Amino acid sequence: MENLVNIFVKSVFIDNMIFAYFLGMCSYLAVSKTVKTSTGLGIAVIFVLGFTVPIDYLIHNYLLKEGALTWLSPRFADVDLSFLSFIIFIAVIASMVQLVEMIIEKFSPTLYNSLGIFLPLIAVNCAILGGSLFMQERDYNNIAEATAFGLGSGVGWFLAIVGIAAIREKIRYSNVPAPLKGLGITFIITGLMGIAFMGFMGIKL
Amino acid sequence: MNKEKEPLFSAKNLKLLREPLNDNNPITVQVLGICSALAITVKLKPAIVMALSVVFVMAVANVVISLLRKSIPPRIRIIVQLVVIASLVILVDEVLKAFLFDVSKQLSVFVGLIITNCIIMGRLEAFALANKPWPSFLDGLGNAAGYGVILIIVAFFRELLGSGTLLGFQVIPQGFYNLGYENNGFMILPPMALIVVGIIIWVQRYKNRKLIESN
Repeated sequence: MENLVNIFVKSVFIDNMIFAYFLGMCSYLAVSKTVKTSTGLGIAVIFVLGFTVPIDYLIHNYLLKEGALTWLSPRFADVDLSFLSFIIFIAVIASMVQLVEMIIEKFSPTLYNSLGIFLPLIAVNCAILGGSLFMQERDYNNIAEATAFGLGSGVGWFLAIVGIAAIREKIRYSNVPAPLKGLGITFIITGLMGIAFMGFMGIKL
Repeated sequence: MNKEKEPLFSAKNLKLLREPLNDNNPITVQVLGICSALAITVKLKPAIVMALSVVFVMAVANVVISLLRKSIPPRIRIIVQLVVIASLVILVDEVLKAFLFDVSKQLSVFVGLIITNCIIMGRLEAFALANKPWPSFLDGLGNAAGYGVILIIVAFFRELLGSGTLLGFQVIPQGFYNLGYENNGFMILPPMALIVVGIIIWVQRYKNRKLIESN
């Protein structure tokens, strides 16, 4: 249990998707104008990451990894299908996103409209594919650890986007040079936040 | 109905090609495709290879989706788009591995992450699904070029200031180092890419006033 908490905390703060790996920047920058929309998108990302990482974990360990097919027959011990992982992971992600899209459209049409093109774009949010690829690379021991990592990365992303949205709502009242307004200053703030988050690097839990 | 055939390079089509380079740049105005822009701009050479790969994937994907646009059911369009993009990316990956192995190693997972480069999906969703193949091709070409230009500018400054080289050749004379000049190690760190892009946006909007946002 303690181990799970460690993985969760580590993926929220130390290995934060946005500040440590710069994954999922596109929707992060474009949807962070108000706290409300960014909360919606953040929750959608937590949801998608929380489901896709465990599913991809099962697929990776029982279908793709070298020797993963031995549960079918010992003859498959040296079959390595990991070259298929990109296309299979992306298919899982795309179907999950389509599912989330239908759910949001049904239950919250206002959120659906304000997210606009960025909802289908969660499918190509690099944080999601990146989550699955990191899971594959780090070789978690069991599905609970993979889930903790997926949820943690989602929560880290959620915190980052809500944080920048809050700063952007306040910075509207500041005297930013006109050409830097909006996108430019957001890039620079994110850069500074990234430098601050580099302080977490190398901390071992 | 006697519809006159539109010339291949009509003013409207040329606009599709030219607009993404400045007024509607995918990175600095549409905010698409940032992730890869940050990760591979430490050196100039991978950035150029990356830009060319994206040009290829995007132009071809736009044409394919535009040809298929009437037969794709809207409910499953995301999966269809991703399959088209993923197949093209695998093609690019194999070609890079065969002919430019060292660059392919430097780019590592980021060739794969072209699949999730939102600029490609974004243009497919916003343009190719509703337009004819030729304008879609130009749109893809223009947007990918606009993306590539920013990539190359960022990489130019990061390599020049961070390592003192361009394309691997030393450009800052040794004499400067002897006088106490030092490479700015900060430029190599990922957060600096964000700040460089921020400055590019600043300069671009200073020149092009109509892009300035109201808040």
